[in-house]
Amino acid sequence: MPVTDSAVSVRNVSKSYGQVEALRDLSLEFPRGQLTSLLGPSGCGKTTLLKIIAGLLPASSGTIEVGGKAVVGPGPDRAFVFQDFALLPWASVIRNVAFGLELRGVARSEREAKAEKYIREVGLAGFEKSFPHELSGGMRQRVGLARALSVDAQVLLLDEPFSAVDEQTRRKFQEDLIALVQNENKTFIFVTHSIEEAVYVSDQIAILLPRPSRVHEIIRPSISRAQGLGSIRRDPEYLDIVDEIWASLRSYVE
Amino acid sequence: MDRYQSHRSLLLKLLSAVLVFGAWEVAGRIPVSYAFPTFLESMAALARMTFDGTIFVAYAETLKPLLIGIVISAIVGIGMGLWIGLNLKSEWLFSPIFVVMQAAPLAALIPILVMIYGIGLTSKVFVVCIMAMPVIVLNTSGAVRNTPASLTQMATSFLAKDRDILLKVIIPAASPIIFSGLRLGVSAGFIGAILSELKITPTGVGDIITYSRSIADYESMYAAIFSIILLAVLFLNLLEKLESYLFEGNDRGYVSD
Ligand SMILES: Nc1ncnc2c1ncn2[C@@H]1O[C@H](COP(=O)(O)OP(=O)(O)OP(=O)(O)O)[C@@H](O)[C@H]1O
Ligand SMILES: [Mg+2]
Repeated sequence: MPVTDSAVSVRNVSKSYGQVEALRDLSLEFPRGQLTSLLGPSGCGKTTLLKIIAGLLPASSGTIEVGGKAVVGPGPDRAFVFQDFALLPWASVIRNVAFGLELRGVARSEREAKAEKYIREVGLAGFEKSFPHELSGGMRQRVGLARALSVDAQVLLLDEPFSAVDEQTRRKFQEDLIALVQNENKTFIFVTHSIEEAVYVSDQIAILLPRPSRVHEIIRPSISRAQGLGSIRRDPEYLDIVDEIWASLRSYVE
Repeated sequence: MDRYQSHRSLLLKLLSAVLVFGAWEVAGRIPVSYAFPTFLESMAALARMTFDGTIFVAYAETLKPLLIGIVISAIVGIGMGLWIGLNLKSEWLFSPIFVVMQAAPLAALIPILVMIYGIGLTSKVFVVCIMAMPVIVLNTSGAVRNTPASLTQMATSFLAKDRDILLKVIIPAASPIIFSGLRLGVSAGFIGAILSELKITPTGVGDIITYSRSIADYESMYAAIFSIILLAVLFLNLLEKLESYLFEGNDRGYVSD
């Protein structure tokens, strides 16, 4: 894999919520055009880190750069998929998906055409007029995913985007995600609790320690995807890496 | 709501009306008190007042302070509520005023109002506002303050300007509670309008109530009371229509998690 420059750089970032120290002196580089997973125990500060990169939370100290520019707030170069979906309950699926474009002042017909495309892409065709409370948890999550994809940002921040979808859909999404990373020159930052998922989809995996969080280890699975996606799961290296990560996380679970 | 459900709810409303009026009729026939006419007698009095036009003349008078007061309360109340809800500091400054206003015994304030504004329309409008405004302000500010943070954060991340966040997130999210405040405020405003006609100067419907009681024409008195309740119910239904017209999603239920 060629060495690429960083799309996002996190340098010496600390974050405290009052007494609670969530991140301490965390540094991490996110190579452009690649997918980096954040893996770590619950409550270790993954969402916090993502929100700091998104410009939604100020860091207590340290700097964030996206595309070489310091982050001072949200920008058009980043799109967020929220862990709790954050859908407007009073708006239909299509309005929710098009909401990011609506806020950017895109004309209605144009944004709805775009939204329809992404609704189809996440497998929700036919539900355009439904309201969030009429959808299952997994379907709501996909609405959030479509909303983030539709604004065409360079950096996608995905906070456990597949946590509520069923195993079949999840596998399909993982494959779609790999295809998306390969076809579009976008940078993905992906939070997950599943070691297998991280190894399967990632170019780079950052393992975080429990609070106050720092990067414990960076793993770059160099699994060849050339023989087709199906064979990755049987690749001995895939299995080795899964074991290795499990070994380093295990001490914190016990 | 589908058709079956709306038929059913209409049926239930009719049924409960029949029950209440039936009980009234029975109570009037026992009689509970010589000053308590039956339902049918009161309706006859209402029909009489409708045909000779007295009721319309009365409402022309009563509706003036009522409508002016409600419109002022709604506009100023929602405006104040939004402002208080959005600014942390103004809560300290203004919230206590409305809490006191809501708790104050209105009857005790009326003499003061009359002293300042006389016995005309102004005082009556004030009474309606004092009754209607606090609950509108308090509901609006509370609802604004309780906008789910995840929604405003989502809008911020998609580059919403402050104005967008207010118009496209905060107000729609707060609208069910704002409207329930409006409903309570309107009901209180009706009470205020009648109260002001009973306590300041007898005009309009208040005059019918006072006068017919003084000559022991209890049928007319109850007819007037009944008509004002009917009007209040109609007004509240109108408000509900307005809500579902403005905020289409409100009657669609909410995501529970
Ligand atoms: N708004 C907040 N105020 C106070 N403390 C917070 C706040 N948000 C998060 N925290 C604390 O910061 C820590 C990290 O939270 P965060 O949500 O980033 O964890 P996470 O890694 O995303 O966890 P999970 O995998 O369960 O989603 C937690 O201990 C949490 O208690
Ligand atoms: Mg999280």
